[in-house]
Amino acid sequence: MSDIMNLLSYTFMQRAILCGIAISFSAALIGVILTLKNYSMIGHGLGEVGFAALALAMALNLEPIAVSIPIVIVAAIVIMFISQKKGESADIIIALVATGALAIGVIITASTSGFGADSYNYMFGSILAMNTGDVILSIILTVLSIGIYIAFYNRLFLVTFDEKYAKTTGINVTFYQFLIALLTALVVVVGMRMMGTMLISSLIVFPAIIAKKFTTSFKGLVVMSVITSVVCFLIGIFTSFFLNMPTGAGIVLVYIILLAISSVCCKLAKI
Amino acid sequence: MTILEVEKLKVSYSNHVAIENINFKIEDGEYVCLVGENGSGKSTLVKTIVGLLKPEEGQVNLNISLDEVAYLSQTNLKDLDFPATAKEIIMSGTQKHGKLAFYTKKDKEIYEKVIKDLKIEDLQGRRIGDLSGGQKQRVLIARALVRQPKLLILDEPATGLDYNITKELYKILENLNKENKMTIVMATHDLEEINEIKPRIISLAKTVKYDGDLEGWKGF
Repeated sequence: MSDIMNLLSYTFMQRAILCGIAISFSAALIGVILTLKNYSMIGHGLGEVGFAALALAMALNLEPIAVSIPIVIVAAIVIMFISQKKGESADIIIALVATGALAIGVIITASTSGFGADSYNYMFGSILAMNTGDVILSIILTVLSIGIYIAFYNRLFLVTFDEKYAKTTGINVTFYQFLIALLTALVVVVGMRMMGTMLISSLIVFPAIIAKKFTTSFKGLVVMSVITSVVCFLIGIFTSFFLNMPTGAGIVLVYIILLAISSVCCKLAKI
Repeated sequence: MTILEVEKLKVSYSNHVAIENINFKIEDGEYVCLVGENGSGKSTLVKTIVGLLKPEEGQVNLNISLDEVAYLSQTNLKDLDFPATAKEIIMSGTQKHGKLAFYTKKDKEIYEKVIKDLKIEDLQGRRIGDLSGGQKQRVLIARALVRQPKLLILDEPATGLDYNITKELYKILENLNKENKMTIVMATHDLEEINEIKPRIISLAKTVKYDGDLEGWKGF
């Protein structure tokens, strides 16, 4: 316990925990909708787009967040709208966008700075290197996500459960799709710093999948996902620090263990 | 009063014409069955009326607000599973275009009345996936009814339901039509159970082949 208290006295750790809780919270909220709408892999796809955007920002010596936010938002909207309007499977569109973006990112990186420490940090995360600006951005994103979620909770539920029915009521479904795409893109861009482009989708998918095993209601699923996400993050960050593991990978490992335990518990409860 | 008017309607999928030259009017309080064999265009017509499909030619004129229309789609009830309770699903039906996304006290009162009328009070806290086919269908009907519609449009509502549940479903619809004066338009191929209601029949085979009372109809 005293080790944890000592650890918490470091400013870099305080920043990491604040950012991590905020991002875990937002990712769990949007993750519930994405997993139920069969867009589980969108986080992974957008992570690759984020990598390409960061490579471009580094090559042009621009602010990474300023470049990646618009690019990832556009990619999220393109993925959502092509799969909705053209009826293509979301998996196919995400795979095309992800591999295309990764290829562009690799070409830009290889032809400019090469694969150095910065590229590694973007790909696998560097939560302990987060600065005050990252903390502020993460908290703004979380407040924005919670605000949008509360304001449009009932609409988001309807669009997630039965989009066709929502259309017949005259509700502007396209607007809510845009909102979901926007929130997803923001979570991915801010979360990339913490988890890296390779692991960001875990933050979106795991909490909802684990929470789904224990809830009967949508509201319960949202609350349980947020709790799961924040608790797994905290266990993951302390475990990875004491075991000297990369933080992003440590958090994913905690998710995997919890998913395995919850799956076994559910099976046993049914016997 | 004419509640719905369909004029020279034509809908195609790619190069395949699903329905064409469809014309009819539906008056307030009518019970209309859209009948026809598989592929005759019943579902296409219903989807076009509720705005899910765009007509290539012609138009659908609704003389009431979209808020007064409720739609029950053709659903594979066996596969209907979602982490949501019956109450969450039914309440979502009260949402209307241009209205704030929060449920009001009135919405909750309507909800209480509907679940009491449909005798599904005991289902409200249960997960939709844990319910039987008939219970799921009642929940979806309740979601349509909390809109307090003047026009209820149903697409093959008895799909996947057994004989007794189907009979019960048609009884509910009959009561809504007779007692609440609700206009009902239902796509179906199962007329055995609705003989007593004596609905108006619109028989389809890409276009309207028959439009009149049940007695005069000679089958598909």
